[in-house]
Amino acid sequence: MWRFALNRLLQAIPVLLIVISATFLLVHSAPGGPFSAEKNVPPEVIKALEAQYNLDQPLWQQYINYLGDVVQGDFGPSFKYSGRTVNELIAAGLPATAELALYAMLVALVIGISAGVTAAMRPNTVQDYLPMSAAMLGICMPSFLLGPLLVLVFGIHLEWLPVSGWGDMPGDKIMPAITLGTGYAAYIARLSRGGMLEVLSQDYIRTARAKGLSEPVIIFKHAMRGGLIPVVAFLGPAFAGLLGGSFVVETIFQIPGLGRFYVQAAFNRDYTMILGMTIFFATLIILFNLLSDMLAIWLDPKLRQQARGNN
Amino acid sequence: MDQIKASEQEQGTSLWKDAWIKLSKNYLALFGLSVLALLCIVSLLTPWIAPYGYEEQNLILGASAPSLEHWLGTDIFGRDMLTRIMYGGRVSLTVGFIATAVALIIGVLWGAIAGFVGGRVDAVMMRIVDIMYALPFMIFIVLLMVVFGRNILLLFLAIGAVEWLTMARIVRSQVMSLREQEFVEAAHSLGLSQWTIIRRHIIPNTLGPVIVYTTLTIPSVMLLEAFLSFLGLGIQPPQSSWGLLINYGVETMEEYPWLLIFPGVTLSLTLFALNFLGDGLRDALDPRTSKD
Repeated sequence: MWRFALNRLLQAIPVLLIVISATFLLVHSAPGGPFSAEKNVPPEVIKALEAQYNLDQPLWQQYINYLGDVVQGDFGPSFKYSGRTVNELIAAGLPATAELALYAMLVALVIGISAGVTAAMRPNTVQDYLPMSAAMLGICMPSFLLGPLLVLVFGIHLEWLPVSGWGDMPGDKIMPAITLGTGYAAYIARLSRGGMLEVLSQDYIRTARAKGLSEPVIIFKHAMRGGLIPVVAFLGPAFAGLLGGSFVVETIFQIPGLGRFYVQAAFNRDYTMILGMTIFFATLIILFNLLSDMLAIWLDPKLRQQARGNN
Repeated sequence: MDQIKASEQEQGTSLWKDAWIKLSKNYLALFGLSVLALLCIVSLLTPWIAPYGYEEQNLILGASAPSLEHWLGTDIFGRDMLTRIMYGGRVSLTVGFIATAVALIIGVLWGAIAGFVGGRVDAVMMRIVDIMYALPFMIFIVLLMVVFGRNILLLFLAIGAVEWLTMARIVRSQVMSLREQEFVEAAHSLGLSQWTIIRRHIIPNTLGPVIVYTTLTIPSVMLLEAFLSFLGLGIQPPQSSWGLLINYGVETMEEYPWLLIFPGVTLSLTLFALNFLGDGLRDALDPRTSKD
């Protein structure tokens, strides 16, 4: 287990190196410098600006410098917000995004697992079709549509919840969390239904039934541990998706988080910001994939043995 | 005895016929298929059947609610929404099909080569797929669109380059398990050439999962395009897509909710139809469910 984790962490180093290099090259091969957007700037000023950000050095020199800084966790200054570093901006946006992702994940897990397990208990009956149709609806209702519709109904017409903001008014975190979580709830519902159906047909469940255990004990104690492994394995990719989804949700609800900063940086062509945030996101996603894999291995004895055998 | 055998043979159905029979009993999948067919026909004929011109403005009318003249209402410039949704659908569907085709080609080739050659080549190729799975692709597409400008060709390539990974995995595992099957061994022992085996036995057997996954890739590609266009990083005006129309609709949804609702419903309905069709095809083409 620990060797597996260490192994994966070591494998992550070349991956991150590729990510950093690819992003760096991509951003630096962009047509037009970061300051070309400003009009009527005398060439001397541009020269001075480029010197200030070390853009006058050869590319490989910049790359080595940047790599050295990144290894120390320093993403450099922002091009657009003068006087602020990328690190400061990430630190400013991270709490809101992390909180949003956490709530969305809770929404997704609670709704998704209960719907999936309910459906799997009586397959091909109304108890199965109803939650699964709702799940299909959730998959086909993208967040950029669901969010505005929720705002329209609950924010503008019924005036139950505030239409935007984050932590300013009571209840303003409810709609963003639901908007971001619904799609994942739908996926988790389908995954947990599939996993539970497979487990419920296994011999050890029949043994448990034969022993006369009650249905709740069978479902919650014996079936869920195995049946929810697909869900656990999905958590890593889901987290990556949540970060992407936060772009939209934070834009809709005007939440001062990383997603909104990233989209703004993309519009402003704030290269250092994009570079730094991409690397930051990639690192987070790799870490979360590792965590979700480890959790799946811990839950599944078969995978545990495989991991031991392979290392 | 011989007669019984002959009649048994007559009852045997090919995989495709069997799949079609099962699909035609699945009303949701048939509904999906019809919606998709309708959308394709409408998109092809849009320049001739659209009730108004794409850029035809009526500033005096402005934003108007659905009426007999304008079935889905008009936007703030008095442009007919039905027309705009039809033209937007052309772009959304084109992106869906072309980017899926890109993903299909890369994925099938990658997976087939890895599965066929096997050994170290396979290990390296699949390791690359594993690594790419772990990357934040949404972010990379945003990055690509920012760096190289919002070019529709680039959008096809970028989305296609993201979506091929699962396809490669599916094809590889299919090819690998097929290689070891007895009927392939039997074909070998009958003296069939390698090419005949690939053509007659391997390809038809990988086709099922590939078709299913392709059908399921189209909606996710369309969703990705709409997502990017919504953020303003995808399709650029004067071109239009459903994602972009939803984006405009959100800006004025308080006063003119139909500008959000109609493109939204169209997109959701299309995604719905494609997903149902994909699920139906999966049930129909899975040989494990064919016995009952």
